[in-house]
Amino acid sequence: MKFGVIVFPGSNCDRDIATVTEGLLNQPTRMIWHQETDISDLDVIVIPGGFSYGDYLRCGAIARFSAIIPSVIEHANRGKLVLGICNGFQVLTEIGLLPGALIRNRDLHFICDRVSIRVENNHSPWTKAYSPHQVITLPIAHGEGRYYGDEDTLKGLEDNGQILFRYCAISGEITQESNPNGSLNNIAGITNKQGNVLGMMPHPERASDALTRSVEGLKLFEGLIEAKILVS
Amino acid sequence: MSQQYHCRIYVTLRPSVLDPAGVAVQSGLQQLGYEGVEKVRIGKYIELTMTAENESQAQQQLDEMCDRLLANPVIENYRFEITASQTVVG
Repeated sequence: MKFGVIVFPGSNCDRDIATVTEGLLNQPTRMIWHQETDISDLDVIVIPGGFSYGDYLRCGAIARFSAIIPSVIEHANRGKLVLGICNGFQVLTEIGLLPGALIRNRDLHFICDRVSIRVENNHSPWTKAYSPHQVITLPIAHGEGRYYGDEDTLKGLEDNGQILFRYCAISGEITQESNPNGSLNNIAGITNKQGNVLGMMPHPERASDALTRSVEGLKLFEGLIEAKILVS
Repeated sequence: MSQQYHCRIYVTLRPSVLDPAGVAVQSGLQQLGYEGVEKVRIGKYIELTMTAENESQAQQQLDEMCDRLLANPVIENYRFEITASQTVVG
């Protein structure tokens, strides 16, 4: 399974992804400069965390008009996998591959922490290595991670099972106290309707190497590789 | 002959979207003693100059710019004001 990691001016979690996919999982991985347009050799496109174009105007707003983006949309429309983490999630909503928007955290603080997240289901290629309602701990680091969608959007996400990750208490209970940024419905990660595009604010790549003392994010990448083997 | 226009664009969060920065500033103002202050909302103000054939073309282009980049219609509203500033010959 071949991974590609898009590098925008301001991306800063790009090498972390490659360290996981290539370094830990031995999957061929290449960095994609945002001016490239041919990504037909790749199975999974990752839009990493960081501050693309300095997050000027709005997070992800300027990245949306990069040369690479039409190819990413085409890749997604062909049913291939696209993962956006943190700033990557913001870019995916700006592109329109995912509904809603990510706005300023409820309490205005930039949050850098480790939080509990509940895996809502494992029917998705992104979560097949987890068990349903498994509670995992992942790092978050964002100032604008409050998921917002209007009522219809939220209902659509709920009805179609598009919410893959929610902020929760250690017990797995979904509570306002366990919601770090005020995300509506405690949303930490969603997919598109088809399920091949995932956006999430927590950083699984920062919890994949035993050196970081947590490996609960690694299963997301392992599950993907497994999913591909089943498909092909 | 075309005209140069000076444009002022105001981007605001839609009323249904929580504005934590506005809430924080409201409470700051109240702590300063301005207890009558309520409903503080913080938006963005963008200025630009552009050349267009006429005002309606300028308006149409600004609308497009706002829809495509300057505002995110999922969370924001926008409005703008246009003033003709200089006639460009050629």
